[in-house]
Amino acid sequence: MTTTPRWRALTQHHLFWPVAVLVFLLLINVPFTPDFFSIKMTDGHLYGSLVSIVLFGSPLILVAVGMTLVIATGGIDLSVGAVVAITGALTCSYISDQADQSALSAVLLAMGIGLVAAVVCGLWNGFLVARMGIQPIIATLIIMVAGRGVAQLITDGQIITINSEPYKLIGGGYWLTLPFSIFVVAAVVAVTVALTRRTALGLLVESVGGNAEASRLVGIRSRRIKIMVYVFCALCAGIAGLMISSNTSAADGNNAGLWIELDAILAVVIGGTSLLGGRFSIGGTVVGALVIQTLTTTIYTIGVPTQTNLVFKAAVVIVVCLLQSPKFRAKVFGAKFGSGSGAKGGGKPSATPADTAPTTAAAPKMEVS
Amino acid sequence: MAEPLPVLEMTGIVKEFPGVRALSGVDFRLFPGEIHALMGENGAGKSTLIKVLTGVYSLDGGTVTLDGKAVRIGSPLQAQQAGISTVYQEVNLCPNLSVAENIFIGREPTRAGRIQWKRMRKEAAELVDRLGLDIDVTAPLSSYPLAVQQLVAIVRSVGTGDSDGAGAGTKVLVLDEPTSSLDRDEVLELFRLMRQLRDEGVAILFVSHFLDQIYEICDRMTVLRNGALVGEHLVSELDQVGLIHLMIGKAMDQLEELHEHQLHADVGEALLHADGLGRTGGIAPFDLEIKKGEVVGLAGLLGSGRTELARLLFGADQPDSGKVTIGGKQVSMSAPNDAISAGVAFCSENRKTEGLVPDLTVRENIILALQAARGWTRPIPAAQRDELVAKYIKALDIRPANPEARVGQLSGGNQQKVLLARWLITQPKLLILDEPTRGIDVGAKAEIQKLVVSLSEEGMSVLYIAAELEEVLRLSHTIGVLRDRKLVAQIANGPEITPTRILETIASGEHQ
Repeated sequence: MTTTPRWRALTQHHLFWPVAVLVFLLLINVPFTPDFFSIKMTDGHLYGSLVSIVLFGSPLILVAVGMTLVIATGGIDLSVGAVVAITGALTCSYISDQADQSALSAVLLAMGIGLVAAVVCGLWNGFLVARMGIQPIIATLIIMVAGRGVAQLITDGQIITINSEPYKLIGGGYWLTLPFSIFVVAAVVAVTVALTRRTALGLLVESVGGNAEASRLVGIRSRRIKIMVYVFCALCAGIAGLMISSNTSAADGNNAGLWIELDAILAVVIGGTSLLGGRFSIGGTVVGALVIQTLTTTIYTIGVPTQTNLVFKAAVVIVVCLLQSPKFRAKVFGAKFGSGSGAKGGGKPSATPADTAPTTAAAPKMEVS
Repeated sequence: MAEPLPVLEMTGIVKEFPGVRALSGVDFRLFPGEIHALMGENGAGKSTLIKVLTGVYSLDGGTVTLDGKAVRIGSPLQAQQAGISTVYQEVNLCPNLSVAENIFIGREPTRAGRIQWKRMRKEAAELVDRLGLDIDVTAPLSSYPLAVQQLVAIVRSVGTGDSDGAGAGTKVLVLDEPTSSLDRDEVLELFRLMRQLRDEGVAILFVSHFLDQIYEICDRMTVLRNGALVGEHLVSELDQVGLIHLMIGKAMDQLEELHEHQLHADVGEALLHADGLGRTGGIAPFDLEIKKGEVVGLAGLLGSGRTELARLLFGADQPDSGKVTIGGKQVSMSAPNDAISAGVAFCSENRKTEGLVPDLTVRENIILALQAARGWTRPIPAAQRDELVAKYIKALDIRPANPEARVGQLSGGNQQKVLLARWLITQPKLLILDEPTRGIDVGAKAEIQKLVVSLSEEGMSVLYIAAELEEVLRLSHTIGVLRDRKLVAQIANGPEITPTRILETIASGEHQ
């Protein structure tokens, strides 16, 4: 196979492999569902598999985007699933107490209460990690376990169902022919990108995650930054909680957002952000979350028996992770894809000229054959 | 020296990285029973050649023959099996295991799948004994200082090959910067061991930045420059000036210029006062004054408290006594932020762990301190940022001059310059440099020293820490002498102050 420099540059882009996997997964569906890519307009709403994937993947994208920043600081947040449950429980129980469940002001207040609770959870996580110096995995385990109990307390152990038109909009409604959730996700992603790349927050987060001690000595207030990302992550989880409870018009303290933290971590890793912290990619995470959601959809469309679908999922995840590893690519595809700083999921690029004549480092290398 | 057959011969070695030709047709040979120095500036290709030899990198061209037979070294394990062992600057052993376990890790003598502990300890003790070392092989490795751990690493590597005839397996021993953190006695012990191994017929490849050590221990040297072979010489036939000339090409006059440099006299008013500043377990309370435009050098042995003193002045460690006044205002020093906003900058001696963020680009590393001071809400405008970065890359001659390059891929000297640039763009009043020239090549060393001189001429105060006394003497107006974690003397520099005088002060603990 001949390769051109442009092709080479493309394969080394950090989003290449996640996007390739996503496209591949989408294509797999076509033989089973020939109209997989078609989108129909019914009753002024757009319907189709692609729309569904984004719609059902919305909560995961939200949680994973928040998780990306936490992971970039070298941390991890296991509590997001519980925060989803708490937010949903508080909001729904407040709405269910109202005489008029569709009153807009009451719904907005309920959502506010839910999100404040999420922020409090984030502050608690950030306090434990940044101030008390507890390892993130332990610190966030507390709310992961206890949070479900809190959600149960709020709902009295019941599943609270509500009937609120305005609240239904967030997770189940349509706007401008598209599910409203998609707009919420787009807004959150846009805000996150602006917050991290338009300000210096992204750089400081990557610095703290890349080398914590150097960041301290350079004067970065890393505690403040860590608290911020945990709060932001919890806030994203809170919005996802609103979305999930809105979609079902119910708050289930036990099952809402169950195991979403693991899918979110997976999405971040598939997106090319290293669990060691440092460089992060919001775009990669969004693609990663879509990969996971597409996988779930694919499992249903190609008819994998439900009892084996976790195995199927695991197999795909392994393949994705292997493709992300520069070492693996070098072994299987040869040096064409192996070297360079394409994906970071698998660690450092295998060939880094640490002590080489650096005069021409920026010049692209031409392929001989 | 008669010329027997070389044990190792590398011919026309080529190694390429994307966009960089790190080695272009380098020849290298190594004879049994010699200590051979590999010389060159940072970035000349020394490390790359070693990594090709030890199987870390695969080669893109050329041949390697070992004992006259062509070999392909595909991995570090294959290199070891072929009889090429490597000991790196950082000790890659398990501190929590015993010395014997470390020596035999991965090739423990076993019977029926079970480790023969007794035999392992006995063989380890014999090996250590034969090499003339006084080490208890049952003690945990961590109970020994770094220098001894390094010796253990060497013992381990010469023991590699077969577990019966220790030492018989290793033909080539590569020592990459083994002495950079050792003191004089420890270096002598290492050299003794190296000579013994040499006399036993092992070919030793030695890399060090200390020229004196090269001339003390090596028989022959190979000089590289910009990834190409410059020459192979007997050490006895090439003097230090000639060697430096070969290594850096034409930058010789730079060094000489610095030697003749006179310290400027117009030192201003007091900038910083430390009164009884101290920290238990770090450094005893000390008083220190640094004037505007003054270079204060700190002299003392490794571990005498030089770094600890500097860290207190930066708030990197919190003092438990005393106070600091900068520009007339008392500064709390509870965190680096306090010092930074008072105009203090600090380049740590540990570039990798306390300085750079290796995953970030040169540009990002350079603006980090300024950005941290501005806070996250006020990013430096892109145009201004790029201009600043370009200016300092040019002024400090950072190579490659590519702001997008990942800083982890730069050579040591260029990384040091990135750190300097990071602090210089914050325009500090006091710049603390802890071993800024450690592990970097002669050319970059001279540039950094020149920079210190010109910064102080412009009115910046500098606290300068270096292991080499000559370096401190050459640059400093005042020399603080440390001993046993105490600032024992502060000496005004002058023609009568010599390294010997400083050494006497360190030895006696007082200034005569």
